[in-house]
Amino acid sequence: MSHQHLSSLREPLVTEPRTLGQLTEEICAPMERPPTWKWWVAFGIAVAVLGTGAGIVGYQVATGIGVWGLNKTIGWAFDITNFVFWVGIGHAGTLISAILFLFRQKWRTSINRAAEAMTLFAVMCAALFPVIHMGRPWLAFWVMPYPNDRGSLWVNFRSPLLWDVFAISTYFTVSAVFWYVGLIPDLATVRDRAKAGLRKAVFKVMSLGWTGSHRTWSRYETVYLLLAGLATPLVLSVHTIVSMDFATSVIPGWHTTIFPPYFVAGAVFSGFAMVLTLMIITRVVLGYEHLITLRHLENMTKIIIVTGGLVSLAYATEFFIAWYSGNPYERFAFMNRAFGPYAWAYWIMVTCNVVSPHLFWFKKIRTSPAAIFALSLVINVGMWFERFVIIVTSLHRDFLPSSWAMYTPTMVEVGTFIGTFGLFFTLFLLFVRVLPIISIGEVKSVLGFARDGHEAPQHPPAKPVAEEPHPVAHRPVAAVPLAIATRKDAPV
Amino acid sequence: MSAPVLIGYFDSEAQVLDATRAVREAGFVLHDVYTPYAVHGLDDAMGLKPSRLTWVCFGGGLLGCTLALSLQLYTSVVSWPLNVGGKPFNSFPAFIPVSFELTVLFAALSTVAAFLLRAKLFPGSRRSVLPRVTDDRFAIAVAPREAPSELDAAEDLMRRHGAVATDLLEEVAS
Repeated sequence: MSHQHLSSLREPLVTEPRTLGQLTEEICAPMERPPTWKWWVAFGIAVAVLGTGAGIVGYQVATGIGVWGLNKTIGWAFDITNFVFWVGIGHAGTLISAILFLFRQKWRTSINRAAEAMTLFAVMCAALFPVIHMGRPWLAFWVMPYPNDRGSLWVNFRSPLLWDVFAISTYFTVSAVFWYVGLIPDLATVRDRAKAGLRKAVFKVMSLGWTGSHRTWSRYETVYLLLAGLATPLVLSVHTIVSMDFATSVIPGWHTTIFPPYFVAGAVFSGFAMVLTLMIITRVVLGYEHLITLRHLENMTKIIIVTGGLVSLAYATEFFIAWYSGNPYERFAFMNRAFGPYAWAYWIMVTCNVVSPHLFWFKKIRTSPAAIFALSLVINVGMWFERFVIIVTSLHRDFLPSSWAMYTPTMVEVGTFIGTFGLFFTLFLLFVRVLPIISIGEVKSVLGFARDGHEAPQHPPAKPVAEEPHPVAHRPVAAVPLAIATRKDAPV
Repeated sequence: MSAPVLIGYFDSEAQVLDATRAVREAGFVLHDVYTPYAVHGLDDAMGLKPSRLTWVCFGGGLLGCTLALSLQLYTSVVSWPLNVGGKPFNSFPAFIPVSFELTVLFAALSTVAAFLLRAKLFPGSRRSVLPRVTDDRFAIAVAPREAPSELDAAEDLMRRHGAVATDLLEEVAS
């Protein structure tokens, strides 16, 4: 609708002409119809996997984490790999919603809601691992500094593991608030469409009495900008701090200053891969190909090329510095990574993360959803292996050859990891059913983008005038309960 | 407030922008404008001042940072100083990450809280909503300065700027 974007070079963000009303209709439709059998099948599988995972977690909590494949040489392995993997995935959402917002990338509007939801679910999955790793998760509150009768004995503020606690919990809270603030106008839209009943009642509470007042919109825009400005350094800080879990130790292969930017690039890389995986399915299943367009997919693949390049550069730099430093332990750690017993994992990582993104240089591949989907899965696998390689290969041959060991995950560890996918997909499938997965308000504001100023529904001005006696101001004042008159069929 | 409020409904962003400007320039009291999405340029058209929420954000951040640093200094220097290899108790660089995180946390939460308070958004709000303004309509609400009869002129003005319907209400929530 906005008439300032008239450049003929711009392509419309919404590829089909749509009116405001049609857009509301389309985005709200999946929530307002009963789920299809496909959804039920997918949901059933996700819940079954989640249930199995929950059982396995219950078993390891009851038995103790001795059921894992860890040994005294390799004290961190599968569990921390999965933690870093999920946290990394959780980075794309905030990147899309905050950083792309600050850069005025309007194409983000149709994917930010779902990407933020994905962030929240991924961070939930991530947070499970350290809590399980504690062995006694019911004492998890000990990581918080609170006055206690043990001294008071405080948490160690010099430990990166504690920084992680603050980083992840702040990240989750701020992302959740950001997501919710973004949802409020859309919740009101759903509220005003709903017939009296449970949906109406729930959305009435959740939309906090939003009226669409521009005085509120104006403040809302300010708040959104501020939150974007806060979330941008936050998202960078989170994976920076995760990387410090490793970088502040003295383990060869971990103790490197390149880790923070390297981890952040990897997180964005894997996060975008996961957004693509989810969005490619969602747009087809819900018929949103004109909202989440090929252009969106293409833009994300371009970000993947860039971040993939950054990750590749980091791999190369690590190797170079290991040689250039002249430190024999550092050199050994890296030679062992590439040619030692875990070389297979290293080369899977290199194939998936260094080689495969370059396929996106081809326009044909960038514009083929099937190819992008396949590559996004490859990148997800590659990024999982990156974390596995960093963690396990750095640990398994330590300074003392007599304590060298190998690590194999047990079924319990594998089951826990698969269980988190159950959690992730259960939450995501619920999300697509109960909330508008595309930001209605934001897409409406870009509907006219590059559309030559054609206002979609052109009513001839003052058409309905004839039906009413002209100056309504003389009628007795109407005290209508307005909220019920919001259906389209009701006369306005 | 029981002065009647005149509502003009519009179908497009361009019309509502023009009409808002016209209504304001004609000297009517602009009660509010209701839109399904944030219409850029409406701030100017309505003559709204930039929000002061940025100051809340700054204050919240400052508070978070101060609290975080005080907590870390108190626990590490005063309450339970721990000698680790002769390193200083006040290991300031190590306190930066947590201070940063709490700065962001406090700034974000206080901004959102202030926004909700200022915009009077809360669960259980019973505010009524104009028809279709959260869907595909735009509405301008005009209050008279003195006599309700002034609204005739306002209605005329809005019709000329493309209002598709008008309505008179007892009161609308802003």
